[in-house]
Amino acid sequence: MIAAEGVSLTFQTADGPVHALKDVDLTIGKGEFVSFIGPSGCGKTTFLRTIAALETPSAGQISVNGMGADDARRARAYGYVFQAPGLYPWRTISGNISLPLEIMGFPRADRVERIARVLDLVELSGFGGKFPWQLSGGMQQRASIARALAFDADILLMDEPFGALDEIVRDRLNEALLELWRKTGKTIGFVTHSIPEAVYLSTRIVVMSPRPGRITRVIDSPLPRDRPLEIRDTPEFIRIAQEVREGLREGHSYD
Amino acid sequence: MKRALPVLTVITAIILAWYAAAVVLNAPWARDQANRSGTTLTLPALLRDTMTQERPVLPAPHQVAKGLWDGVAGQKITSKRSLVWHGWITLSATLAGFAVGSLAGILLAVGIVHSRVIDLSVMPWAIASQTVPILAIAPMVIVVFASAGITGLVPKAMISAWLSFFPVLVGMVKGLRTPDAMQMDLMRSWNASQAQVFWRLRLPSALPYLFASLKVAVAAALVGTIVGELPAGATAGLGARLLSGSYYGQTVQIWAALFAAAALAAGLIAIIGAIERVTLRRMGLAR
Repeated sequence: MIAAEGVSLTFQTADGPVHALKDVDLTIGKGEFVSFIGPSGCGKTTFLRTIAALETPSAGQISVNGMGADDARRARAYGYVFQAPGLYPWRTISGNISLPLEIMGFPRADRVERIARVLDLVELSGFGGKFPWQLSGGMQQRASIARALAFDADILLMDEPFGALDEIVRDRLNEALLELWRKTGKTIGFVTHSIPEAVYLSTRIVVMSPRPGRITRVIDSPLPRDRPLEIRDTPEFIRIAQEVREGLREGHSYD
Repeated sequence: MKRALPVLTVITAIILAWYAAAVVLNAPWARDQANRSGTTLTLPALLRDTMTQERPVLPAPHQVAKGLWDGVAGQKITSKRSLVWHGWITLSATLAGFAVGSLAGILLAVGIVHSRVIDLSVMPWAIASQTVPILAIAPMVIVVFASAGITGLVPKAMISAWLSFFPVLVGMVKGLRTPDAMQMDLMRSWNASQAQVFWRLRLPSALPYLFASLKVAVAAALVGTIVGELPAGATAGLGARLLSGSYYGQTVQIWAALFAAAALAAGLIAIIGAIERVTLRRMGLAR
């Protein structure tokens, strides 16, 4: 599904080269929920962006759905969700979700049907006619997820989508995201800097560390796919969280 | 009433200050006349005189109001003494220049945003063009066009376009560049074409900036037209009215023409403001 081999990315800056990524190897299978966690500067966002072909690696190969990353982008293989909702203030929620569909040339009747379906999926039915500023931050972010889902890409790439929200809203949205993942069977790449969020959501947790940005540990989660919020109090959950913390320490993330 | 009160207070203060200034500025002439005829003026007579002179240094507000009223309503609108007729001459050239100038500004801005070459080659010239004093350029434009047999609206519209394209250009460039990196990345993730990015993201983002700069531009266009009417003995338009007033010491006529020009500018800006409100409300941008 997504395969990275020896991916490196160096930014040239005034202070000399910055190694954002160095020799990153990772394979993400279909239907997996993979979280990337690490301190800022560890390259987790950069790696997500190279998968999306928003950055070009200076060395190594990335293939997405058997294509090069940029061809996959052209084939609209993924939906991308940023930390900010990025909704157009001059379009209603429906209009915002319609935007990628218009760009991709879906016929009007199909658009209407898809908008209704994804609004239902993120539990925003009835809010289609509202403007973004009339919605709370959490609802806006749900609308932006709906927008990324509307054109049926198999892959959903999310860059700290709930980072700007408070913890209560975040819990609620984490639960909703898991539900959505179970229903749609998407492959999800999810960047976060919250250990509980990563453990709660993922089938696999990729721990990264900075200077140079690299993967220090990949942890498989034995948790079942069906996860109520209370699972976070089980010994199993706490053990995985501990393992993630160890991984971070190994990468000197706490130095 | 709450909103009207401060406005009325300011207007009242201005009118009072104006009357006071009229008394001070017109008094020397009144005293002079009295001395020559060997009479002395009492204070009430002096005050009355300063406000009723034929050619005062500063006409009193009511004299200007009367001059304005005579010019607008007291003449047939086809008469050469009618401010409506002169106003229309100025307005038509202003609108023509504004249309050409705004369109040029918008097109240049689109070019600048999409092409680094155009950005580097056009922008310095655009800025340089605005540093040339329009009072120096205007007569040359009028003369050059006149020698080619073109007089009337076209050369004046050229000058007003010259002044009005710049604010639109600057506002539009700023507006078209407002979408941030994330918005552009989103468009890229959807593999949107340049045209799609322009019509669906850049242009709507730029509209609030466009309207703000159009208001500046329309006022500049009016100034450009009036300046274009000053040289070469133009006989029609508010600028010509200003010039002939100053030739013959008709200060009331000058002030009436000035106020007519100000009213014209205010009206034009109000119209753009109304279009702005309707457009932004329909876009959901007005709250």
